[in-house]
Amino acid sequence: MKALRRSPPKSAKAPTGIAGFDEITGGGLPRGRTTLLVGGPGSGKTILALQFLVHGARHCREPGVFVAFEETSKRIAGNAEGFGWKLAELGPRKVFFLDAQPTPDLVQSGNFDLGGMLAMLEAQTRQMRTRRIVFDALDIVLALLPDAAARRREVYRLHEWLLKRGLTGLITAKAGGDEATTIGAQPFGFMQFMVDCGVILSHSVVMGVSQRNLRVQKYRGSSFDENESPFLIGASGVEVASAPTLGHAQRKVSNERVSSGVARLDTMLGGGYYRGASVLITGFPGTAKTTLSGAFAEAACKRGERTLFVSFDSDANEVIRDLASVSIRLDRYLKNGRLRMASARTITGSAETYLVRIKTLAHEHQARCLVIDPVSTWSRSGSEAAAHTVAERLIDWAKAEGITLLCTSLLDEMSSQSEGGSSQQISTLADTWIHLNYLVQAGERNRGLAIIKSRGTAHSNQVRELILSDTGVTLTDTYRAGGEVLMGTMRWEKERAEGAATEVTEVAGKLKRVRLDAEEAELLVRMKSLQVELEAKQVEKALLARTTATRKGEESRGLTRMGELRGADAETSGRK
Amino acid sequence: MKARRKATKYKFRLYVAGDAQNSAQAVANLTSLCKAYLVNRHAIEVVNVFRDPKRALADGILMTPTLVKLSPTPAPRRIVGSLSQTQPLLQALGLHHHAG
Repeated sequence: MKALRRSPPKSAKAPTGIAGFDEITGGGLPRGRTTLLVGGPGSGKTILALQFLVHGARHCREPGVFVAFEETSKRIAGNAEGFGWKLAELGPRKVFFLDAQPTPDLVQSGNFDLGGMLAMLEAQTRQMRTRRIVFDALDIVLALLPDAAARRREVYRLHEWLLKRGLTGLITAKAGGDEATTIGAQPFGFMQFMVDCGVILSHSVVMGVSQRNLRVQKYRGSSFDENESPFLIGASGVEVASAPTLGHAQRKVSNERVSSGVARLDTMLGGGYYRGASVLITGFPGTAKTTLSGAFAEAACKRGERTLFVSFDSDANEVIRDLASVSIRLDRYLKNGRLRMASARTITGSAETYLVRIKTLAHEHQARCLVIDPVSTWSRSGSEAAAHTVAERLIDWAKAEGITLLCTSLLDEMSSQSEGGSSQQISTLADTWIHLNYLVQAGERNRGLAIIKSRGTAHSNQVRELILSDTGVTLTDTYRAGGEVLMGTMRWEKERAEGAATEVTEVAGKLKRVRLDAEEAELLVRMKSLQVELEAKQVEKALLARTTATRKGEESRGLTRMGELRGADAETSGRK
Repeated sequence: MKARRKATKYKFRLYVAGDAQNSAQAVANLTSLCKAYLVNRHAIEVVNVFRDPKRALADGILMTPTLVKLSPTPAPRRIVGSLSQTQPLLQALGLHHHAG
């Protein structure tokens, strides 16, 4: 992509330097050809055309001529100063203005042609070696021509001349009303068939918010983005929001984790957010969305990363003060320039305006981390659909830039308390979605935090209680009772009760052990005494056996003796 | 009344694009108009923008042909076109009394 863009010196396209436009057209306007730019009043034709010239003169070494049919060159130059284009610095040798407004006292009688102007331009462009030329509001001069044939003739004359001179021409013309689609019916509609490139600007009001769109209608010999792209007139000119086309850029995917600023949340996420991921924090008002964003910003600054914090709800100083109350100290980073706070309350306009402003700010600040609090404000300004596409592009852009993006989104308290309806459907695009909720129990509202999704990371599925204190943000363990998560006082009570219960159990255990010990000792003693008794019995028994034997021996001896003495019966000895 | 008009001299400058059709017509139309209304009290300068583009640029001439009336009116009047429509032309030049 980059290699392609570096080749333009010989390329067939003349870069306009308009952010987004060169992307849509694949490099700019067709070089040496004519482009027609049509749009309603105030649609930004003149600014776009002048920006094309200024860019050419300043960056492409292509001097340009601006033929002003409508506004005087002085006024155009004055308007350009507002964009910091410094026309005076360039001087008429680089950008030459030709005042060609028909004077009010002009009387017309019969046919005329643009031969005089072209003769003059011929001389001027040769002298300046002009490469680019703008005819602003050609319709003004065409309107003076008596009939369609004459108009056509003069446009052909102009076109022929441009082609012959090899100039990159840009002709602007008004389209009737705001409806750019009807320009085919305009008197100069045939011009659209003649030119090589057609661009339509439209300016509409959607739900009270101005919305500018640009569409490339045709581009001969080139592919281009055919969709309508929102654009706005920003601080430095026209900026077109270009949606990344397929295969636009190979995104760098990082495995690096960045801290969320809350230690336990990092654990829940398995290490933190991915670098370059888009994180969405949804929740009802007061569920500490801003606090979590602040914690993230602080952690980023602590790592030494440049961070941009865009707050839509409150003033930058308010945010800093409020976050300081939960010991998130952003002021020092603001002082050393690492953090940039932007309060967007003052920005009015379409969601597109916000996006471009944020992009510009982030670019200026070279931010690596970006916080938008809350992104849901966008849907207020203009249509929901527009806000959605803007949010989509915000995420796309942040990813392409490798910026870690954290947005908060306010959920309507009146909407369902379920976690489903996140506004603008960013939730489907975000990589990590954290939902904050109030859990009402026992007359208390406590903050609960749940990770609804986190792509590519193992994450905790438990709802945790988020506690804000003057020492910081912490997540606590939760207790479950009867399938419900206990929080706040109930959790505290449960904790207390559980503590007491443990103590009782412990004491009981101890007591039991003592008792068992005692029983054991007693048994041992008894065993000992029984053993002694046993031994005594055994001794006694042995003694008894001995005495019996002795007596028996004596008896038999006595009998033998008696027998011997009697000497009568011999069987007695055999009986034995 | 008649005497005063006789005294006024008309000075014209006509910017033409070479001999392009409209320009040639304008020269012819102006000449015949002067012949009809301003006999001996007019002067016509013809500037060819092809030959003298710088002058046309300085004078802010874009459309050809352009007729500029330098006098007698204080503010120069510009008339663009082949000068074929006599009525508006005379009006612009302040000669419509004659035509009427």
